[in-house]
Amino acid sequence: MNKTVLEMSALELGKSLRQGAIGVEEATGIYINRIREIEPRLHAFLHMDEDKVYTRVREVEEGIANGKYTGALAGVPVAIKDNICTKGLRTTCGSKMLEDFIPGYQAEVINRLEAAGMIVLGKTNMDEFAMGSTTETSAFGVTRNPWNEEYVPGGSSGGSCVAVASGEAPLALGSDTGGSIRQPASHCGVVGLKPTYGRVSRYGLVAYASSMDQIGPIGRNVADCKALYEVIAGYDVKDSTSYMEAALKQESVGCEKKALRIAVPKNYLYSPSKADTARADGEVSAAIEQAAKLFEQNGAKVDYISMPMTEYAAQAYYVIACAEASSNLARFDGVKYGYRSREAQNLHEMYRRSRTEGFGAEVKKRILVGAYALSEGYYDAYYLKALKAKALIKAEFDKVFEEYDCILAPVAPTTAPRLGESLIEPLKMYQGDAYTVAVNLAGLPAISVPCALSEKGLPIGLQLIANSFEEEKLFAVAAEYEALRGVMPTAMEQKGRC
Amino acid sequence: MQRIDEQTFAQVELLAKLSLSKEEKCYAMAEMEKLLTYMDELQELDTEEVDAMVHVLPQVNIFREDVVTNTDGRAMLMKNAPKSKEEQLVVPKTIQS
Repeated sequence: MNKTVLEMSALELGKSLRQGAIGVEEATGIYINRIREIEPRLHAFLHMDEDKVYTRVREVEEGIANGKYTGALAGVPVAIKDNICTKGLRTTCGSKMLEDFIPGYQAEVINRLEAAGMIVLGKTNMDEFAMGSTTETSAFGVTRNPWNEEYVPGGSSGGSCVAVASGEAPLALGSDTGGSIRQPASHCGVVGLKPTYGRVSRYGLVAYASSMDQIGPIGRNVADCKALYEVIAGYDVKDSTSYMEAALKQESVGCEKKALRIAVPKNYLYSPSKADTARADGEVSAAIEQAAKLFEQNGAKVDYISMPMTEYAAQAYYVIACAEASSNLARFDGVKYGYRSREAQNLHEMYRRSRTEGFGAEVKKRILVGAYALSEGYYDAYYLKALKAKALIKAEFDKVFEEYDCILAPVAPTTAPRLGESLIEPLKMYQGDAYTVAVNLAGLPAISVPCALSEKGLPIGLQLIANSFEEEKLFAVAAEYEALRGVMPTAMEQKGRC
Repeated sequence: MQRIDEQTFAQVELLAKLSLSKEEKCYAMAEMEKLLTYMDELQELDTEEVDAMVHVLPQVNIFREDVVTNTDGRAMLMKNAPKSKEEQLVVPKTIQS
């Protein structure tokens, strides 16, 4: 039986489009209808301009016909997180501050998607300025988990992951500063990659914490995710932290074929109590052990190791991220663009009122904490201390990679929490970010792959972490795991849901 | 130890260019206190011999010729201006009497 457009992987769809078995307009139309059907329940998208989409469809149809677009993803639609600038299409960062902001330029990743003949479907919901782990801090309403609408999708790239999981888009881009791609991917049962810092251009990504922000791909399987990664990765002169290609090639040499060596940090597993969110719960821990066993049975060398520095990762991360956020978000002053308060009588009051009215509570909290950590008298105790902790965390990873190809770990300590639960206890939410933020502090690539379903029927993801610029290895190991694991149910198959 | 008293908060609020309502302030002060207490766990680490790490990658600064490559985007940029007059941004009074 032939697969329907929605059942096809992104690569299968790309192939059908290139072969002319299905038209670009038809395929895009099927996705747009799907969005119309799903959106009232899940709210993954913030905006979409159908006229623009169809104008682009015609360009792409022509481009495929005349040989301009020959890539594997030509004609394939993609959803974009709303902190990635799209020329002429609103980019709000899930904030009232940028509610009416229409960028006059676009991110380098969007240029690359366009050069590959892809079609931007629309912009997806997110935690305000990517500050959150549940997509509940968006100024434009929550996004719901397609597996169970009473649960959050994770965040901050919740909209992008839900769009892919629920079949509203075959692929999506997210951004990951402390786990914002991997964690919602895990909670939604899709694959998400956080590339090595410097691998993907940040030009046109609205900054949260610049030393850790990375844009990355989200797909239904590892191969789709890799294909989208290949479209967006590479040196960009417009991003001064972008890594030079020439250097990359040298780094990849020496990836010889031998038995895979995998390290599993045992101190990430089996939390002694529900209150202790620094370790994964029993269900998540068992799923990780099961995956480790699967690797072992297939010839990999698996060792349980200890990574004690991770216990300080979330603390260091929140100091650095808040400090950078307080500096980065200083640009939102109501002068040139963004929200401006109507009340102010003088300039200084205008800054303060515009920011107070334009930002939500979580953003304001992080700006305040950042301003405090950077202020005179506290800089050494917080910011400098966190930068030293970061050096220790990086050193711990370096040591592991001397002996192992990759690290197998949980993405999050639990499956998705219920809506509203995390906002009551934000500290617990921050602590739960430990295994993802450590990776951002060290600048490493990591991928989240679905590995099991919980008793409640919610997805559990595993995380594979490799050394800097070893995305190729990471994709190879992830694909091997995916094959060993076998087919998993998807959110789209959930009866009566999607 | 309470870190965030009224005076400290007022100073931080000024640095952050925010002016929170009474209710918001109450929430923010309590939340900051909790987060800072959590961050204080970093003090357990012995970092005497450790250098602060700013960049994770051994990148060197990249220089280029100082050549203008962007085109005139004035009209497009002004479209996002909250208030403008004759292609200029308008702001409230900047000199306080």
